[in-house]
Amino acid sequence: MPAVVKGWRLLLTPTLSRHLGLALVAFILLLLLSSQIGAYDDYTLAAVAIFVIATAGLNLLTGVNGQLSLGHGALMAVGAYSTSLLLRGHDLPLILVLLLSLAGASLVGAVFGVAAARLRGPYLAGATLALAVGLPQIATRYSHVFGGEEGLTVPPPAAPSWLGADFPPERWMAWIAIAVALVTLVLLGNLLQSSVGRSFKAVRDHEAAAALAGINVARTQVVAFVVSSACAGLAGSLFAYWSGLTAPAGFGVALSLQLISAIVIGGLGSLSGAVWGSIVLVFVPNFTSGMASSLNLPSSVGNNLPLLIYGAVLVVAMLVVPYGIDGGLRRLLALARARWAGAATNHKGVVDWDDPAGS
Amino acid sequence: MQRFVVLTLNGLTEGSIYAAMALALVMIWRATRVVNFAQGAMAMFTTYLALFSLERGAPYWLAFVIALLCGFVLGAVVERVLVRPVESAPPLNVVILTLGLLLVLEALAPMLFGGQIRSFPSAFSIVGIRLGSLQVPFSSFDLFTLVSVLVLMALLLLLFQRTDLGLRMRAAAFNAEVSRLLGIRVGRMLTLGWALASLVGALAGLLIAPSLLLYPTYMDQVLVFGFTGAILGGLDSPPGAVIGGLSMGFALSYVGGYFGSDLETVGALVILIAVLMVRPRGLLAWRAQRVV
Repeated sequence: MPAVVKGWRLLLTPTLSRHLGLALVAFILLLLLSSQIGAYDDYTLAAVAIFVIATAGLNLLTGVNGQLSLGHGALMAVGAYSTSLLLRGHDLPLILVLLLSLAGASLVGAVFGVAAARLRGPYLAGATLALAVGLPQIATRYSHVFGGEEGLTVPPPAAPSWLGADFPPERWMAWIAIAVALVTLVLLGNLLQSSVGRSFKAVRDHEAAAALAGINVARTQVVAFVVSSACAGLAGSLFAYWSGLTAPAGFGVALSLQLISAIVIGGLGSLSGAVWGSIVLVFVPNFTSGMASSLNLPSSVGNNLPLLIYGAVLVVAMLVVPYGIDGGLRRLLALARARWAGAATNHKGVVDWDDPAGS
Repeated sequence: MQRFVVLTLNGLTEGSIYAAMALALVMIWRATRVVNFAQGAMAMFTTYLALFSLERGAPYWLAFVIALLCGFVLGAVVERVLVRPVESAPPLNVVILTLGLLLVLEALAPMLFGGQIRSFPSAFSIVGIRLGSLQVPFSSFDLFTLVSVLVLMALLLLLFQRTDLGLRMRAAAFNAEVSRLLGIRVGRMLTLGWALASLVGALAGLLIAPSLLLYPTYMDQVLVFGFTGAILGGLDSPPGAVIGGLSMGFALSYVGGYFGSDLETVGALVILIAVLMVRPRGLLAWRAQRVV
């Protein structure tokens, strides 16, 4: 049975086994963590996992392939509305709903990706921004289908009976989101290590050189857009389950801008950057709104303090850590290694960002 | 037919605002290769400063000038303090930086001036002009809006095409290194470019405030439509910005009038994509090839 043997060999390749091992360890640790914390924290954990899916996909498009998208919130909306419509009057299994929502967002992403492949830099930014502004309006226009401003409700995913009757639904939601996020990260990680991933980077770094090397630039850009949209659709679908409501207000321009700011703060072009960015995206507003309400400020100040701090974090982060949290950590690590190896002369604080370890 | 005239005049007034916004974005893009997403928020802030002066008893025109001057200073400060240090960072960083500035300004405004929706006075009547027995849906203030945007554009054109300073600014934006060798203070020119652009933005904020009413996010949609207008015309072309902004005004007015206002932005999206498919660098792109 050569096919099976080949499959086993594939599993034993260092990249795949390393990614699978890491994901498994992370999964077990996160399940343990989730069992120790309260319902609200489980809910927050699920939010982080959902944003990891969306930002990892966006980082593949913007960080790895170099296509700036300011409209990924709209693609999340496609996934969320697919889920809400599928679940209206039907009781479909979760995995089927996730896959169909993913397919719906991929389809929209493919159409838009073909258009986007002709556009560069700010022109692509403008077109995707228009997508983020325009698409939610369709939901209000065709309110008999999409529920208008009030939106559509989504039943929460039911925990299986073997977990016990009093198993908190927030924890089950967190488990689902964590599992999907880790599967997404493993798949994206492998994609980035493959020839497809290398062609993404080649197109980003030098289009003409990539074309000379035999890469079909336009096709590569469309593929990146579709993969990225699939992630956004998956995240949107889980977001619908998580929030229990899909309404246009949840998918405005603000969401798209939050996603792009998350990957720049976390670190462009790496999956760990997406994870860092999602943590910042969820925890900084949580932390600051808690702080603002405990300070007894006048309401006009207290209500706007979280926004002010988030904006200031964006500004300061760009001035202090231009390569994001991931870049900053790698730099620290590389400096530490250089010092320990006594080979500081080699680096002198100059770090090759693609290979900071200098290996 | 009458409806068409109404929609056209409406589109012309709104389009002139979008044109001013687009022009501000294009000036900054040409000077520093930055799309300034905080442009609208900066204009919002200076309009609040105008309202603040009005409430302290300043006459309208003094408040008007104060807002424009504050816009000028704010633009210079933002370029010098925030944008200059990230010049060498990856290009996306400055986009995020201006987004951060947008959030800071939109949070700061309600803290300082109160978050409730405020009305903003207009210098002239906002009732339609009477031509004999016919009332045209075009007010003296609409006329003032149109004229002041046109006058400002003419002044900028004079500055850039007819003065020594304008030539230096264009040179600094076109090729910083060569300009520096020729003795042009490039940094100073870029700061001036930001300051002037921010003044244009402040004017747009003042002119649209009476019809949109003043609240911390009132300039967001003006920024989005101004940006789409600039993209439509081509980010490297000031005349393109004006044409793009005006087209945006007409397009939104017609789509809103004939298909319902909730399809306005979808219509704008469709038009933008359609134009970009034919001309990926905007209507007035003069450089055919991309820089590789």
